[in-house]
Amino acid sequence: MATIELKNVRKRFGAHEVIHGIDLLIKDREFVAFVGPSGSGKSTLLRMIAGLEEITEGEVLIDGAPAKDVPPARRGLAMVFQSYALYPHMSVAENMSFSLRLAGIAKEEREQKVRAVARILEMEPLLERKPRQLSGGQLQRVAIGRAMVRQPKAFLLDEPLSNLDAALQAQMRLELVRLHRELRTTMIYVTHDQLEAMTMADRIVVLNEGRVEQWGSPLDLYQNPATLFVAGFIGAPKMNLLDAVVKTASDQQLCLALSTGVSVTVPAPVKELKPGEAIKLGIRPEHVALETEGELKGEIDALEHLGPRAYLHAGLPDGTRLVVQTDGDTPIRVGESVAFRIRAQATHLFDRSGRALARSGAKPVVR
Amino acid sequence: MRSTWQRRLSLTIAGWAVGLGMFFPILWMFLTSFKTEITAVATPPALFFRPTLENYAAVLERADYVAFARNSIVVSLGSTLLALALAIPAAYSMAFFPTRRTRDILLWMLSTKMLPAVGVLVPIYLLWRDFHLLDTVFGLILIDSASVLPIVVWMLFSFFREVPAVILEASRMDGASPWEELVHVLLPLCTPGIAATALLSIILCWNEAFWSLNLTTVKAATLANFTASFSSPEGLFWAKLSAASTLSIAPILVFGWLSQRQLVRGLSFGAVK
Repeated sequence: MATIELKNVRKRFGAHEVIHGIDLLIKDREFVAFVGPSGSGKSTLLRMIAGLEEITEGEVLIDGAPAKDVPPARRGLAMVFQSYALYPHMSVAENMSFSLRLAGIAKEEREQKVRAVARILEMEPLLERKPRQLSGGQLQRVAIGRAMVRQPKAFLLDEPLSNLDAALQAQMRLELVRLHRELRTTMIYVTHDQLEAMTMADRIVVLNEGRVEQWGSPLDLYQNPATLFVAGFIGAPKMNLLDAVVKTASDQQLCLALSTGVSVTVPAPVKELKPGEAIKLGIRPEHVALETEGELKGEIDALEHLGPRAYLHAGLPDGTRLVVQTDGDTPIRVGESVAFRIRAQATHLFDRSGRALARSGAKPVVR
Repeated sequence: MRSTWQRRLSLTIAGWAVGLGMFFPILWMFLTSFKTEITAVATPPALFFRPTLENYAAVLERADYVAFARNSIVVSLGSTLLALALAIPAAYSMAFFPTRRTRDILLWMLSTKMLPAVGVLVPIYLLWRDFHLLDTVFGLILIDSASVLPIVVWMLFSFFREVPAVILEASRMDGASPWEELVHVLLPLCTPGIAATALLSIILCWNEAFWSLNLTTVKAATLANFTASFSSPEGLFWAKLSAASTLSIAPILVFGWLSQRQLVRGLSFGAVK
């Protein structure tokens, strides 16, 4: 049971401010992912919640109580580190029971708890081994097990899967989701990998340069990115972003001239735009179709086959790049010239400052 | 193939040459201790001679070797323990909670080793006299540990620095107090490094002569005093001096021989690898 609340949290290293006032409420039993590029402050934020990093300004409340003067261990949170940070000189069982030992819990009880967790994580045969005798995936399990033994109010996970290979990552993602469901505990998961955030989290907080760009459910962020940054960060391959200038604007429709010289008509945003205004037009690869009559023309210079689908990388005449999703068995080859049609309903519009221009009927964007 | 073979041979020869060059004085001293005083000063030096134990008998008869050796042991172990007790917390705080001044402090500590000890002899002597520390084992432990302290702090600092800070953070998350962090995590991880540091400190304290010659006379005198007592005053009795020296260095040589693997491992591989 834990709600974690951040109130105007700031972090300065000397004169350099890295977290610029973050407000956030993480609900009990929620799986929240902090996602952002390196340097976005996501790990610092997690470490401040953990108590490993001092809070320069603002407040962290755990279950409503200020955590400022509470040492890390008393916060009832457990952390899983990217490098696992197991104690090399202790066996797996000793690693897992260390916190219980420090808390003065009797040996039998410690062993019982360690065994129970080991059973859940299917690592009972490893208990007597030393960390150096384990594989990366096993180390990861031990690190998670060490956190679980404490029965924390919340788990803080700092890029726990980034040292594993792709197959193991996929497996551990599913396992973490299963664990979250079984343990019914709040989890905060820090990652630079939007795929991890998308597949696991109930809610994603996108961080950029020490600020929250946007938070919401994975699908919400995917469908309604509030800023250019979120639009570019969430989703792989990235959303196509095309330079455009407003030609004519009415209540219903917006006619845009793309940098290639082509005109496209899209549903107009709530905010009125004046002719001549420069904006960005965003369109996801799956919302561009190959069509002989399409308005955009370009040459395919790369092709990625993923089996069920393929991505075409095209160069438009003015040098703009466009990624298009198509069928896995597409007959198109590199070097071919093709035409595309943009699904006008699925476009995203961003003003010059990078904010999304909302349309009527679209969900309100939280920021 | 041929060139690596030649390379290996020349390296082997060079290694043996350096080793024998360094070992030769000790060997010569060892041989001399078994000569009579006359063969000891013979020119050209005698390589083959009839060995005698008379020097050892004379040396042991004239001075209470065991008392000096006991002082040496107590002083080297005591100084090392005291130095470690002071240096471990110091190195811990400097390695894991560095400030802007940490590097300066480290350099300042090392710079005290650049000052010749004789430069502070008079003030130290007067202090020791006033605090009644002259010719006491405790007084010698104090000054010896102070003189090895910079090296001990430096070595421990570099070993501690190799321990990933995240492991200590993990122990903090697990509820370890700074003391528990030190005892249960940091020290076990750095055992080879701490052992190497302690061994080196014991050797340095054992061989320390300046302070024991100047601050002790009888009660707290170490093997350095024992050896020195066979030098100048009675002229040059090379064979007896060699026997006394051999007796002085024998324990630490054996100790060094037994601990060399630990020493090399600690000094060359670092703390956690």
